[in-house]
Amino acid sequence: MNWTLALPEIVLAVSGLVILAAGVLMRKDEAFLPSATLSVAAMIVSGFLVATSSSGVGYGDVFVVDAFARFIKLLVIAGGVASITLSIGYSDGKNALPFETPILMLFSTLGAMIMASSANLMTLFVGLELSSLSIYILCAIERDRVEAAEAGLKYFILGSLASGLLLYGASLAYGFAGTMEFAPIAVEINGAGALPVGLVIGVVFIVVGLAFKLSAVPFHMWTPDVYQGSPTPVTAFMAGAPKFAAFALILRVMMGPFGAMSPRWQLLIEAISALSMLFGALAAIPQRDIKRLMAYSSIGHMGYAMMGLAAATPVGTRGTLVYLTTYLVMNVGVFGVISAMRRRGREVTTIADLAGLGRTNPAMAMVMAICMFSMIGVPPLAGFFGKFMVFGAAWNAGLYGLVAVGALSAVIGAFYYLRVVKVVYFDASAAPFDKPAPSIAFVSAAMGLATVLFLLALGPVSEAAGAAAKALVG
Amino acid sequence: MMIQLVFYVFAAVLIASSAMVIFAKNPVHSVLFLILGFFNAAGLFLLAGAEFLAMILVIVYVGAVAVLFLFVVMMLDIDFARMREGLQRYAPLGAAVGGVLFAELAMAAAHWASSPVMPEPITGGLGQPGGPMTNTAALGTLLYTHYILLFQACGLVLLVAMIGAITLTLREKPTGRRQVIGKQHERMRADTLEMLTLPLGFGIDANGGFLRPAKGYYDTAVPGSYGVPAAPEPPREEVRKVDGDAP
Repeated sequence: MNWTLALPEIVLAVSGLVILAAGVLMRKDEAFLPSATLSVAAMIVSGFLVATSSSGVGYGDVFVVDAFARFIKLLVIAGGVASITLSIGYSDGKNALPFETPILMLFSTLGAMIMASSANLMTLFVGLELSSLSIYILCAIERDRVEAAEAGLKYFILGSLASGLLLYGASLAYGFAGTMEFAPIAVEINGAGALPVGLVIGVVFIVVGLAFKLSAVPFHMWTPDVYQGSPTPVTAFMAGAPKFAAFALILRVMMGPFGAMSPRWQLLIEAISALSMLFGALAAIPQRDIKRLMAYSSIGHMGYAMMGLAAATPVGTRGTLVYLTTYLVMNVGVFGVISAMRRRGREVTTIADLAGLGRTNPAMAMVMAICMFSMIGVPPLAGFFGKFMVFGAAWNAGLYGLVAVGALSAVIGAFYYLRVVKVVYFDASAAPFDKPAPSIAFVSAAMGLATVLFLLALGPVSEAAGAAAKALVG
Repeated sequence: MMIQLVFYVFAAVLIASSAMVIFAKNPVHSVLFLILGFFNAAGLFLLAGAEFLAMILVIVYVGAVAVLFLFVVMMLDIDFARMREGLQRYAPLGAAVGGVLFAELAMAAAHWASSPVMPEPITGGLGQPGGPMTNTAALGTLLYTHYILLFQACGLVLLVAMIGAITLTLREKPTGRRQVIGKQHERMRADTLEMLTLPLGFGIDANGGFLRPAKGYYDTAVPGSYGVPAAPEPPREEVRKVDGDAP
């Protein structure tokens, strides 16, 4: 058995256990910084191992490493590292987080990596649960705030329901195929001819369970409350790692074992994608809280990313992967700025609080404006290339209606992104924010820069995404 | 014939007790019916020759999960009558959704078909007397070899659940009395216990009663908190028996 296939995961898991033990032995108020730093180090090491790992299938055909898994894992690790770095700056004095926070982010990242490598419906479920369970806890980790408790409870109950649906769908697929491994399921679906209704119901349930994790419409109800109630670094994390992993799964499951029945599920994905884009654009308009705004924005972005999947072609898959990369960069940039929104140590989160940021803190305002323009999709910022690729793929696949809906909601969405820019630069100044912590300033500056200079990285990223899509679709 | 009779008895009691879980007014009764249901399901598993699952059902579900439910129901002061207030209002909607779902699933089950090229399941000898392996051995072999990665990942899931339970509930109270292992090890038998021969008809009370240890013993706790005397009592001459452990 080729056990080294899971070496990055094993290294990450063992480091997590060691950091946990060390944190328990240290004094409570001193443990956060070492555990966060060590978690970041462990994730970087694991990312290096991912980048150099070899491809193959192992562990009794439940675990696969290919270009696609590597791409998603690197994205997930990048999101995790950025969120933990944000949490270092966020956690001080009044907003102190317990030392378990970075460790739970580490385990959630580990779950997401297992999801990215799943070659079996059981691996899928175990990875998903490891990833989700850590996030349920992270949402409520500031347990003395009512909003945090509400966020944790809501996410936990609805997430459990979604996991139940996913599991039920997986059991129906198992009932049809008699195996839970992806490759044999694909062989049997190819050989089956007419597909029984039970299998179709199973596939629909799997899509529903995963769409819930993606917060795609109509399974998005939890998103705004959970985003608003969680601590900002956790929100940044939630908008990254678990969504990439859920996308990895939905791509892997839909293009892999159920790829042969793509005409049956294409319409479903199209509907979810169109509804998410429209709803994300419309519902964000009346929001006053920047974290709620970002929640609706993430719903919309998931819709755009799903467009590539709806195309059900290798080019579409490549577009989705590039879209997710650009989304990671600009999203973390925005959340970096949100983490720095503090007055006298207290966190403020309304959009009105940003007023006049252009005069009080030009650097932060610049990052915010860059990321907002990038989210609209203004060239030559990062967001443009993601949108361009998924729109192109959908157009080539003949999904003209979906492209029209996408273009329409991009225009509507531009309104609320531009409103943030207007508040930042043209409104009368509110009181200035506190000086941002160095780690937060570093992350937001780096992400702002990456958003601007994404053009330079476009070649390698799109090449890697192309290789990943090829590994998936063949 | 006998086996069929036993099956119907188990199945009937199982269905009846599941219904009672939902319809019982008192939540404690619901949990007790749930336990009865678990036992009957275990009986059905035994009839099917799956003795390992039967034992696991009894040990895990009856022994741990149901007892936990009982604790929750009894210890938490939940006003179940108030929780049922919305029931009447939402019952028709819930019944309609449930009915539609049931009809759909029934339709799916009626047209159920497995893949024509599905490999035959392995049945030969597993769990049969004289077969190559018992159920337990077969499950163990599969879990610890083929699915070792998933098995370990499940362990991590449980660890995360444990971290969550501790992080979200543990509060360091200033009056909390922690265990000081060093102090416990330093104790000698002579410090805490003295054997006496009491005359007939005289009990502990006549000899000064139970005594608490001197104050310094609990120097990790705040004086005045429960179990620790606020002011040190004057050491008595006639120490007869000292209740040494923290109460």
